[in-house]
Amino acid sequence: MADSVAPPSRSRDLDKLLLRNGNLVGPNFEPGAELRDDLQEYARILVVGAGGLGCELLKDLALSGFKNIDVIDMDRIEVTNLNRQFLFRVEDVGKPKAEVAAKRVMERVSGVNIVPHFCRIEDKEIPFYNDFNIIVLGLDSIEARSYINSVACSFLEYDSDDKPREETIKPMVDGGTEGFKGHARVIMPGVTPCFECTIWLFPPQVKFPLCTLAETPRTAAHCIEYAHLIKWDEVHSGKAFDPDDPEHMKWVYDKAVKRAELFGIPGVTYSLTQGVVKNIIPAIASTNAIISAACALETLKIASGCSKTLANYLTYNGVAGLHIKVTEFVKDKDCLVCGPGVLIELDSSVTLEKFINLLEDHPKLLISRASVSHRGKNLYMQAPPVLEEMTRSNLSLALYELMDKVAKDTIHVTGTTSKDGKKTSCLRKLRVVFKAIDGVTDMDTAGGA
Amino acid sequence: MAEPKIKYDRQLRIWGEQGQAALEKASICLLNCGPTGSETLKNLVLGGIGSITVIDGSKVVLGDLGNNFMLDESCLGESKAKSVCAFLQELNDAVKAKFIEEYPEALIKTNPSFFSQFTLVVATQLVEDSMVKLDKICREANVMLIFARSYGLTGLVRTSVKEHTVIESKPDHFLDDLRLNNPWPELRKFAETIDINVQDPVAHKHTPYVVILLKVAEEWAKIHQGSLPSTREEKREFKELLKSKTIAFDEDNYKEAVEASFKVFSSRGISQDLKQIIDDSQAEVSSNSSNYWVMVAALKDFIANEGGGEAPLEGSIPDMTSSTEHYVNLQKIYQAKAEADFLSIEQRVRNILKKLGREPESISKATIKSFCRNSRKLKVCRYRLIEDEFSNPSITELQKYLTDEDYSVAVGFYILLRAADRFAANYNCFPGEFEGPLDEDISRLKTTAVGVLSDLGCNGSTVTEDLINEMCRFGAAELHAVAAFIGGIASQEVIKLITKQFLISRSPSHAME
Ligand SMILES: [Zn+2]
Repeated sequence: MADSVAPPSRSRDLDKLLLRNGNLVGPNFEPGAELRDDLQEYARILVVGAGGLGCELLKDLALSGFKNIDVIDMDRIEVTNLNRQFLFRVEDVGKPKAEVAAKRVMERVSGVNIVPHFCRIEDKEIPFYNDFNIIVLGLDSIEARSYINSVACSFLEYDSDDKPREETIKPMVDGGTEGFKGHARVIMPGVTPCFECTIWLFPPQVKFPLCTLAETPRTAAHCIEYAHLIKWDEVHSGKAFDPDDPEHMKWVYDKAVKRAELFGIPGVTYSLTQGVVKNIIPAIASTNAIISAACALETLKIASGCSKTLANYLTYNGVAGLHIKVTEFVKDKDCLVCGPGVLIELDSSVTLEKFINLLEDHPKLLISRASVSHRGKNLYMQAPPVLEEMTRSNLSLALYELMDKVAKDTIHVTGTTSKDGKKTSCLRKLRVVFKAIDGVTDMDTAGGA
Repeated sequence: MAEPKIKYDRQLRIWGEQGQAALEKASICLLNCGPTGSETLKNLVLGGIGSITVIDGSKVVLGDLGNNFMLDESCLGESKAKSVCAFLQELNDAVKAKFIEEYPEALIKTNPSFFSQFTLVVATQLVEDSMVKLDKICREANVMLIFARSYGLTGLVRTSVKEHTVIESKPDHFLDDLRLNNPWPELRKFAETIDINVQDPVAHKHTPYVVILLKVAEEWAKIHQGSLPSTREEKREFKELLKSKTIAFDEDNYKEAVEASFKVFSSRGISQDLKQIIDDSQAEVSSNSSNYWVMVAALKDFIANEGGGEAPLEGSIPDMTSSTEHYVNLQKIYQAKAEADFLSIEQRVRNILKKLGREPESISKATIKSFCRNSRKLKVCRYRLIEDEFSNPSITELQKYLTDEDYSVAVGFYILLRAADRFAANYNCFPGEFEGPLDEDISRLKTTAVGVLSDLGCNGSTVTEDLINEMCRFGAAELHAVAAFIGGIASQEVIKLITKQFLISRSPSHAME
């Protein structure tokens, strides 16, 4: 047949998946050249992190039919990245990861456009994140995951029956690795569990009791943490310890060695000192490749429907043999982050300032230094100073007035909250209901609870 | 060039300097450098593998640029092996990289002895017929082999080695070796020097749980005619006895003792897994036995004699609530016993080597020490030939998986991958490889799959229409993300085989995304 030989095409392999009908596909799969072209033209993907996973993700996504990709990372390239972050070379050490990674992928994959953002994730305004169809996370910190999760969930709106509005769902794909193990997951806020719903999957790091460090050290790690957490402050009054300063690390190591000698404890090495102080998680190229590839495939499946998406959490373990397991976790219906929002009942006379103070004491929220916005309008911003000054006059006004006298509506609050004694940025969605407003009976307000 | 110790820091924390040295000595041969093969090597080159040889006879065409990151516009029309090799070299100048522009199938047919120069061969995107041939060649030459295949949204990784012996299996969770169920005299004596009923509350809460358990077990044995708790009721009573010794509510050492009390009750002696290894016929050593089996023979003799049924002591203890002094002393007692056990095994190893007519010092002290420390975790994996797997599968197992909800898709694709190869041998193309309606290929593949199943002895079993349709839709496409996934798994397996650490997979691994 004349049509048996296809003209040469860059998307030779991808076309089979995107242009042909399939039996095991997503519900909205409409194969055809249009689907392929739409992916290239309209799909916008944000990759959070340009490290071990991020480098792989950018390559995988660029070769999976996506042409509009952004990448955000605040780090610079280090020598210890080179055993796995394959987009970086020795001469790149010290340069911003996001910028080098974006440049390298664009050099090799023609037609792809990658915009780098060399900054902290909190530095971006919230609406920045709403410009993307899918957010892919290649991070190694729980706090950063938690933050992006809360941002993505903040876009979620619920209808009057408390069903999530489909067009407001911001899908996330999250990956993580440690040694020969890793996970990949798909988060559809409002539909599948969000990061916070299953936060128990990431138990907090175990800390040594201070009395053990000070009085009964037994292991090399105890001696190192003594030097790092107790001795440093005693000697360097006020000067912060910088884990990236080799002089600081050497000082901690020397002190740890002395302490270990004193107590007859073996095993303090420079490498262990770095490992304990910086909480280094071992990382290798192969595991990052596996997990990133799984994440990129899920991204393609969400965007195109070319196959059923992962439901909803994949664990990979190559330590003993090879085990791949998929677990379907369930949503926490009371989740503060992906649920319809914490319900707060207020008197219509409550001022914005009083409301902000109230957030600090609210047992479910405990948000300090809160900034408040309503339907994209900033009611009060703690920073930057210009915005603070512009919005300061709102503090003395009634929140009800500021919200255009709507009896019941959703507002967004950003601020800091403390978890396990550590301050973290957070974003929360609140449903505010005003009491004693004409036309709204007690029945109505109770209905939304 | 960056300082290797710093550059490889994050992986040295996993496989150590010994593992890294093994990688740096290894030479890898890659067959076919599509994305599956290229990605496998990329992960190995970054980690500092010794040398790579890329073998591929094809030239780069436009379609290759869409699925392989190692190729760009400048490579069009060039040898694929040469282009991929050049990019890989750029990633790490410590690696020796070379290429041969030749089709692997031809090499397998005309020059089988070529493969014997390598430590390990990674064969990607090979069809059944070449797989079977290469497998025999590598087995004969004692070269390790890994097959990797990406096919649409599915794929396969299969390791093939005659025997793979592991000393450092480094399992995630493994019970520590405290011997609370079988304490040796020095440990008992040490426990006797400590009064667990000490009045001073600070001393009381800093008595390590090892000592508490030893003493309470002894007390228990005294009133129970020398036996330890064995029934559920007795175990409960034992825990109550432990709790009754606390003098304050915040005594973490007693909480640890209650939690660890099962270590007193657990049965003595070695595990079934270890028993199987020392009873292996390879443990009857001869002059050409590997060092591993020489050490196993020494271990077997130790267990039967000095060990009194136990493997050599590991020698390390977990952290536990304790005063520094007690903990450090306890550590010394465990280390001393481990050292004594090691010396005894070492003596045996030297004697066996001498008896076999080999240099008694040919196995290093460090190796024997590591063997002793890990003796409870030893592993042996053996793989049958691919041909054997293909022609003599375990029918009951296959049938079970074909109908099992959790496995039917993976096994279905396994069957279909073989059917696709048979299809290609008959029709000179893979099902759905070229453009045009798929109906004819679907019915042909279905017939072929039925044939494969009946040849396997699974008459009456079927693969679902859905899977057959999907397989034709895939049309032998090598998608980048699937290739990166399969290549990632293949490179993990290579690392485990070469470092002889961790456990490799035992059966073909599939991934249907
Ligand atoms: Zn949630």
